[in-house]
Amino acid sequence: MSDGNEKIQDAAPGSHPNRRDVLKALASVPVLGVFFAGWYQKKLKEDARRQAIMEELGITEGAPAFIRDAISRPPGDRIRVGIIGYGGEGESLVRSAGFAHPDWIESERKAAEENPRNRALRTFMEQDDLNIELTAVCDVFDVRAERAQAAAVNQVGPTAEKASGRAAVRYFRYTDMLESGDVDAVLIATPDHWHAQMCIDAAAAGKHIYVEKALTREEEETHRLYEAVKASGVVFQLGHQQRQTESHIKAREVVQAGILGPITLVETTTNRNDPWGAWVWDIHEKGSPETIDWEQFQGPAPNRYPFSLERFFRWRCWFDYGTGLSGDLFSHEYDAVNQILDLGIPRTAVASGGIYFFKDGRDVPDVFQAVMEYPDRDLTLVYSATLANGRSRGRVFMGHDATMEVDNGLRISADASSTRYEGKIGEGLIDPSMPMFSFQPGFEGLDAITSATAEYFVSRGLLYTYRGGRLTNTYHLHIAEWLDVIRNGGDTSCNLERGFEEAMTCHMATRSYQLGRQVSWDPVARRIV
Amino acid sequence: MNGASQKAPGTSPDYGLFQLGALVSLRMLIGWHFLYEGVAKITNPYWTSAGYLRESQGWFSQYFLDLANSPGALTAVDHLNQWGLLLIGVALLVGTFERTAAVAGIVLLALYYLAAPPFPGMEYTIPAEGSYLIVNKLLIELAALLVVLGFPTAHRIGLDRLLVWKKHHAGNAALAPASGEAAS
Repeated sequence: MSDGNEKIQDAAPGSHPNRRDVLKALASVPVLGVFFAGWYQKKLKEDARRQAIMEELGITEGAPAFIRDAISRPPGDRIRVGIIGYGGEGESLVRSAGFAHPDWIESERKAAEENPRNRALRTFMEQDDLNIELTAVCDVFDVRAERAQAAAVNQVGPTAEKASGRAAVRYFRYTDMLESGDVDAVLIATPDHWHAQMCIDAAAAGKHIYVEKALTREEEETHRLYEAVKASGVVFQLGHQQRQTESHIKAREVVQAGILGPITLVETTTNRNDPWGAWVWDIHEKGSPETIDWEQFQGPAPNRYPFSLERFFRWRCWFDYGTGLSGDLFSHEYDAVNQILDLGIPRTAVASGGIYFFKDGRDVPDVFQAVMEYPDRDLTLVYSATLANGRSRGRVFMGHDATMEVDNGLRISADASSTRYEGKIGEGLIDPSMPMFSFQPGFEGLDAITSATAEYFVSRGLLYTYRGGRLTNTYHLHIAEWLDVIRNGGDTSCNLERGFEEAMTCHMATRSYQLGRQVSWDPVARRIV
Repeated sequence: MNGASQKAPGTSPDYGLFQLGALVSLRMLIGWHFLYEGVAKITNPYWTSAGYLRESQGWFSQYFLDLANSPGALTAVDHLNQWGLLLIGVALLVGTFERTAAVAGIVLLALYYLAAPPFPGMEYTIPAEGSYLIVNKLLIELAALLVVLGFPTAHRIGLDRLLVWKKHHAGNAALAPASGEAAS
């Protein structure tokens, strides 16, 4: 545009630019100076504010530190694992341990092609090789047992190089698996009513145990399980995989640093609003009395029924096999709070609710509220749930000085009437209407979520977390921790004591709902009364 | 108003005082905006374009999503953005490499616009700070840069004035023409 032909009106023909030229050439440079002066002022102010808050809080913004045990590689250290119960949850566990069914690989490959935000397959392929072999499977439904066997020999996955390709043996009874000498450790992912007996038998056989939550279906069997596992010395992990979620570990740091002040109320919630989220799970087309060992399924259930596809595939809807919201979802919420606050078992519990939406023959409530009192801690824990509304209500820790909301990240806001932050609020350094501290691991707005219920799982830290900035499956980390303890000693994060607390707290809520009155925990007799 | 006389083809327009002032203001304000966007991103250790790219919809969304999903490409995109914004901003503000800066700015703004166009039927989870139908502030800033490109001012108010003077002087002295943006 400007070229050599242009007449520079102001330019003098001398050998140096005249003063006017220089002035006009440099006219905008002072603006640059103003810019950087302004920016520097702004930065100083923001840095001072940030530093004041961080000094006040005494906590870093970084991810919590992990000292991850190295996974033992020698073949002698390979652990032979058996899976008992290969339904939806069992399949997730086995996949998180490194063995995916070929159909899953194929469907996730297609899903990732259609939507590049879907990283399920990539996350699976990037999992650590846990140096285990899936040697034995047990399921009362033929289709699922065969699926588990196919997963065990699938060469595609993080364990591909290690897999011997040897077929996993199917056992029709888990006791035969325990006695076979084929397994060192078992993953138990059956309906809840089987957990206690299976754990007791596995402990007696000296097999390490990873059992899905809820730990048990009722109080009595919990005591027997506790004694048996404790006496055996096997490594025990309860499947509350959100113990591995970075934000929960960070939340514990926050509470221990006293940032929230005295916490008097913790509110936890479940909101889901689709049939799947209310346990109206698919009934498999091949399910029949010929393919399902119905008698074995019923096992220790308190009532016997004729063969029922609904009861088999949608067992969470009945107290015969589980405890509904209490054991399925309150258990996760409670364990998350227990992880952060070390609450233990409440003094009293009162619960209420009803079957208000899914009137499909179930006997567990679909709307359920429980209030647990901890007078020794000057704290109430509230759980509130509905399966017929999807509004996200979060998990909130309410302290005198600040409020902390914990999901896959965490946010802390100072309380406007806080004693501790009064000065800094007055100075304008802390604005109570804005989070003064937030921790959001990994990227924002991540990854494709396929359904409302899946979104619920993700927001609760139940599916994925981050390690070193990398998206990681929490099941995988929870199983890896269990295997590390088996090999190297130490303690699992959701050990027998935590499991006992989870079971008793959930059973107090269930009992209160069923009896329609408040129940208490007798800490001496260790009984619900 | 000061009238402007369009000179012969191949020469720069000769602006009146008001026009020159308005055009220089436009150039410098856009420069300031680019510069601060760059500086703010460079000084924020947590900034990444990933969130924006992942939101992408429209004709080229596949391309932007691929960028967001490739850690190597994402790092490159982040650096190009941060330093590109800063350099474009400085150039427009002080008035040098004006044409290159304007073209680069137009390209960047076009990419931002196309990554998440405010077309009817497209919903974004990252909220916009205003209400837009097809035209948003990105598109307006892009058009403003077209004006900067079409009506250059750096040779009048800006560092390029010195280059132009030098070239003019060198031409007068029958020496080889100086190279550079302003003399192209």
